Amino acid sequence: MPSIITVERLSKLYHIGASNPHGGTLRESVRDFARNPLASLMKMAERGREELWSLKDVSFEVGQGEIVGLIGSNGAGKSTLLKILSRITEPTTGRVRLYGRVGSLLEVGTGFHPELTGRENIFLNGAILGMRRQEIERKFDEIIAFSEIERFIDTAVKYYSSGMYMRLAFAIAAHLETEILIVDEVLAVGDADFQKKCLGKMGEVTNEGRTVLFVSHNMNAVRALCGRVIWLDKGEIVKAGETEQVVLNYLQKGAAPTLEHVWDDPMTAPGNEKVRLRSARVRLPEQGRSQPIFVNTPFQIEFEFWNYLPGAVLNFTMHLYTQGAPVFSTASEVKPRPGGLLREVVSVPANFLNDELYSVTIQVVQDTTETLYLHPEVLTFEVQDVARPGDNWFGKWPGVIRPNLAWVSQDVAKGGAAWVQMIRPSQSS
Amino acid sequence: MGTSTANHDTTAPAGARGGGLLRKSPPTGASGPFKDPPVVIEPTTFWSALELREMWLHRELLYFLVWRDVKVRYRQALFGITWVVLQPLTMALVFTFVFARIGRIPTNDVPYPLFAYAGLMLWTFFAGAIATTGNSLVGNAHLVTKVYFPRLLLPVATVAARLIDLGVVLVILVGLMLYYRVGLTAHLLAAPIPILLITFLALGVGLWMSAVNVKYRDIGIAIPLLMQLWMFASPVVYGLGSVPKGLQRAFSLNPMVGIIEGFRASLFGTDFDWPSMLISAGFTVLLLIYGTYAFQRRQRTFADII
Ligand SMILES: Nc1ncnc2c1ncn2[C@@H]1O[C@H](COP(=O)(O)OP(=O)(O)OP(=O)(O)O)[C@@H](O)[C@H]1O
Ligand SMILES: [Mg+2]
Repeated sequence: MPSIITVERLSKLYHIGASNPHGGTLRESVRDFARNPLASLMKMAERGREELWSLKDVSFEVGQGEIVGLIGSNGAGKSTLLKILSRITEPTTGRVRLYGRVGSLLEVGTGFHPELTGRENIFLNGAILGMRRQEIERKFDEIIAFSEIERFIDTAVKYYSSGMYMRLAFAIAAHLETEILIVDEVLAVGDADFQKKCLGKMGEVTNEGRTVLFVSHNMNAVRALCGRVIWLDKGEIVKAGETEQVVLNYLQKGAAPTLEHVWDDPMTAPGNEKVRLRSARVRLPEQGRSQPIFVNTPFQIEFEFWNYLPGAVLNFTMHLYTQGAPVFSTASEVKPRPGGLLREVVSVPANFLNDELYSVTIQVVQDTTETLYLHPEVLTFEVQDVARPGDNWFGKWPGVIRPNLAWVSQDVAKGGAAWVQMIRPSQSS
Repeated sequence: MGTSTANHDTTAPAGARGGGLLRKSPPTGASGPFKDPPVVIEPTTFWSALELREMWLHRELLYFLVWRDVKVRYRQALFGITWVVLQPLTMALVFTFVFARIGRIPTNDVPYPLFAYAGLMLWTFFAGAIATTGNSLVGNAHLVTKVYFPRLLLPVATVAARLIDLGVVLVILVGLMLYYRVGLTAHLLAAPIPILLITFLALGVGLWMSAVNVKYRDIGIAIPLLMQLWMFASPVVYGLGSVPKGLQRAFSLNPMVGIIEGFRASLFGTDFDWPSMLISAGFTVLLLIYGTYAFQRRQRTFADII
């Protein structure tokens, strides 16, 4: 199998921590310098020192027609790698050699203009994604059919529902016919139906002999699609190889528990101009984080965030995953929220989760339809088994949850009701 | 550290570029089974030959970016056109009334409203083009951080879209010239020269500003003030004839002098002042080179810091 992508010792250095990650203002720079020239120069030198190697000496090859998954926890460098491959940003050292056109889907709907109609946006977005005009014209009908929004094709997309918007955006992306396709977490948004459709389309792409690099936190999607997986952590390749092997390793060792995440500076906090996350943490009844969470420990998950849309009708969804598979989702009340720093807390009862490693994904939704922000795997925590007195079996209980349900024993000879009134047993251990 | 770009590898043997005809024969050379030479992505220390080749490959995107800007502006056709035309037209009227009170402006017998409109339409184009071009990177941040294309396309597309506006205000100019029965001369053939100069001058300044704007957002605030000063230092609402003779040469160091005066000379058949036009041309070339240089030097980090 010939290599279509060869990555040689790729590294990327970011300068971070500067008080103005979004570019300061000239006035600030001048003012700082005027006030205290020495301090300002030292600050600049300091700024230079706050370095972060988002990729360190990464090398790998991808064969033609392969679908390779990129996995790793937040900040591992996955998006950075994809950005270099799609030439959005340049590597600091190292080099990449690739053959053919690269289509990158770091998000869908890039460059959609709200004032333009669906039809016009197909052309605009297609061109932005690198499609030739004839190519777009040729696929135009197919794209519209796939999107299922024929009726609104001549309506400005600002009047679309977010679902329609996503459908159109994905329909265009799905018809991108580059030799190499780069996909970053675009499956993270959208409803289940939409995700299924996306996955199906991704599967088709394989059969066409195209090469795909696929970043996801959804291990089931990775398992279903990828023939090979590269696991990145802190900018370095931890393991690369056969999917099942790497995914298993990643799930076992990779996701070290993160019980707390705090971003103090709204400028660097994850989010966007609508909402920004300030912190996420797992709370235990007794404070002290060193305490393990046992199967029978109730706990709470707390999020703090800045809301820049005062009065917006928001609600929060927490998705719980284990081994990359969804366990459940739970949503907060839908109601208008004030602006400013807010907190949401959700309680998880004792005797509900199994002894597993769980990860929490948080989603902020406006008007119950529009995802404002989604943070995959913001927290990971491990639930430990408790000593089971009088139980001689030490094996693991199968299942992703382990509810403590009521059982009753009856003597059939004594008759008995079809419906047994029961009280949930008090917790034994 | 230098600028980094992806270059199409020139080390691939010519045989590897076989293309369609050679596809069936066994492939040779570094490209293996692939018909095109590889794209190499690496940090380079060179100024990347302006990415002209990449620009050419992305010419359709350039077209669509211009098309987007124009389409959005003229979405409501009448409103769009009115808006574009109104600015130089009302300004011309205002200055006509102002100067009717405080004294005549020497215009070589050209009716003052027409004289002022010719200057103002160029100036509105110039100021507008610089403002929008200066904002073209920051305003398209969502593109810059999500897809690749030669970044130069953004300022170029923005200026190009502005040229469409210039076309619209030109129609009004023609109307005014008919209304005032201005006789046309062979000088009109030279009219494209000042238009060309002002376009590239706006591009040069805009390129530099768009690059700086990524790092220092508040430069956008200082610009309107500077542009206002520049306007009054340029023969927009008056002519070179209003400037004392001895100062005219020094005054012409402003590249807008040669451009606006040259434009008027071609419209109204007056004499060209070639030295000042040469100065404009020289400035335009210098600013274009410097602007492109400043832009290319910074573009390496656009996606990282925008
Ligand atoms: N433009 C930037 N400037 C400074 N630092 C950056 C920039 N982009 C990314 N980083 C840093 O580089 C590291 C890797 O980020 P990257 O986005 O590649 O992670 P990721 O693996 O995609 O994570 P996630 O799963 O959260 O998407 C992070 O620590 C991040 O803070
Ligand atoms: Mg990422």
